[in-house]
Amino acid sequence: MLAGSGTTDGFADITNLSAALNDTAEIALIALPMTLLVVAGQVDLSVASMLGLSSALAGALWDAGWAFEMIVPLCLVVGVLGGLLNGWLVTRVGLPALAVTIGTLTLYRGLASVVLGNKAVSDFPEAYAQWASYTEPVPGTFIPYPIAVFIVLAALAAVVLHCTAAGRALFAIGAQEDAARFAGIRVRRIKLVLFAVTGFMASFAGIVYTLRYGSARADNGLGLELVVIASVLLGGIDFNGGKGTLGGAVAGVLLIGVLNNLLTLNDISSEIQVIVTGVLLVASVLTPRVIALVTERRDRRAAAT
Amino acid sequence: MRPTTRSRPRLLAAAAAVCSLSLALAGCSGTTKGDAKDDAKDKAQGVKADPDAPLKKGLKLAFLPKQINNPYEKIVDEAGIAAAKEYDGKAKEVGPSDAKASSQVGYINTLVQQRQDAILIAANDPNAVCGPLKQAMKQKIKVVSYDSDTDKDCRQLFINQASSEEIGRSLIRRTAEQTGHKGEIAILSATQNATNQNAWIEFMKKELKKPQYKDMKLVKTAYGDDDDQKSFQETQGLLKAYPKLKAIISPTTVGIAAAARYISDSSYKGKVVLNGLGTPNQMRKYIKDGTVEEFSLWDPKKLGYLGSYAAASLASGQITGKEGEKFKAGKLGERTVGKDGEVILGPPTVFDEKNIGKYDF
Repeated sequence: MLAGSGTTDGFADITNLSAALNDTAEIALIALPMTLLVVAGQVDLSVASMLGLSSALAGALWDAGWAFEMIVPLCLVVGVLGGLLNGWLVTRVGLPALAVTIGTLTLYRGLASVVLGNKAVSDFPEAYAQWASYTEPVPGTFIPYPIAVFIVLAALAAVVLHCTAAGRALFAIGAQEDAARFAGIRVRRIKLVLFAVTGFMASFAGIVYTLRYGSARADNGLGLELVVIASVLLGGIDFNGGKGTLGGAVAGVLLIGVLNNLLTLNDISSEIQVIVTGVLLVASVLTPRVIALVTERRDRRAAAT
Repeated sequence: MRPTTRSRPRLLAAAAAVCSLSLALAGCSGTTKGDAKDDAKDKAQGVKADPDAPLKKGLKLAFLPKQINNPYEKIVDEAGIAAAKEYDGKAKEVGPSDAKASSQVGYINTLVQQRQDAILIAANDPNAVCGPLKQAMKQKIKVVSYDSDTDKDCRQLFINQASSEEIGRSLIRRTAEQTGHKGEIAILSATQNATNQNAWIEFMKKELKKPQYKDMKLVKTAYGDDDDQKSFQETQGLLKAYPKLKAIISPTTVGIAAAARYISDSSYKGKVVLNGLGTPNQMRKYIKDGTVEEFSLWDPKKLGYLGSYAAASLASGQITGKEGEKFKAGKLGERTVGKDGEVILGPPTVFDEKNIGKYDF
């Protein structure tokens, strides 16, 4: 970020920072529960589809003349139900999270298309659209409201993960699920709640997305699940579970957001941007392995002498 | 441990509470679509056009296409960039690698940050790009849409290839001649929200209502999403679903090429008429092998050229986007701003076996 403000004209501009931050809003919001899931050795690939379903549902209901104040809670309830379905299939039927959520990824996107078809709904109430836009941040700051919500929730998630028994249970489940179960941790219950919370956040991100772009569509957020997971991995969360910090995940989200903004400001083409993100991701997954390998060798050599 | 183990019922209870509360709220004071919406026009109002103002030197222009590697848009944008050199301006093309409305938004924001003098945009969704474009206009950046329009409150000018009415009606007229004014026809469009496609389809339907087309029937409008593979599959689907289909009209360069590719390798070749909008280089092969008799398009180079000059005239204060204002568009001569800030390039060109050799784009 420092390098960016020094080298790129317009980066350190307050409006640009607000816009760049707000552009990561949905990724950031979903990255929070995703971090908790990955720490517990789980994953949810259906989040972007749930975002799309939530957006499509909001659009269809708005078109049908529903009050916006009713649409939001309804969408959130649908998000929780979708999350519970994922959680139920994982914990009760005993299927791996990856397989289950690849299935529901298709299912929820399909439902979104059924709900709204190929249509786009716009004309959402001005006041709510303003709330989600970067041009009217929280008074006195440059932080847009969706990011303010994210900051509060991130603090909450950090406390839960790092300072509570539930958080320690997540690490235990991720490290060794059977051991966690024998230690008396209610593994199934925790996983179920975790998936429900993820569904809730994905659906909330769907509302934010719809308002931010002023356009409800069934294909909103297509492919976003991979960006979320990439950000989380970039933040040093171990995909095998049991390791990572919430601060790391937040840093991962910000890094990708800032990087994209910087590259765009410098007129780097979008193809190159995708490559840069990819290289960064491979490097981030590789680095700890290399470091581990190097230290292991050194230790062995030290032991030999 | 305890809080999490008990939170499922609690979560549901909370959701139920929120629901009932909002129902109560909605009963008395919900925000619904029916509520009057006051759309504040952010256009520079009170600014007067100075028709004699010279084109400013060193203007910074940015073309934001639907998608960066769309060959058709590349031609338009490159012609616009070349035109900028004629008046000592600096133009560039930036854009997302996918044709999603949300991907364009980030680019608009950064163009505002880079303090461009004008943004030219081919919109993927007329509404999703509106907020940031209004923001750009507030900061005195001129906004010109080309090829595919945004909502008219979100730009000062729209450079239209040809009048939508003329494109729509002439596609039906020409296809009808090829089929002998008889039989079932289908349309293969791009995305369901593409502003230009929908305007043309609307006029196609109006033209079809005329008595001379009473034996023709539009059976389906399919959407290939400007995706080669999907358009190919949709063509296959149309021909399977409607065995009596006499013609397909595809008013999109990606769609018509994909449809031609499918038809040329199938038993439908020579039996089903394919017409629409395409580029000569894409369609040359299918004209030569007889799959397609003719298709039309405007000259995309002229579109980019006109857009570039229109944006420069706006940014130099020669025009403001009001109906009746005139500006000089370089080699193309004088142009007039029409209703709702629309500037029309001219009638489309029809390409067939006789003239296709003369065009290379």
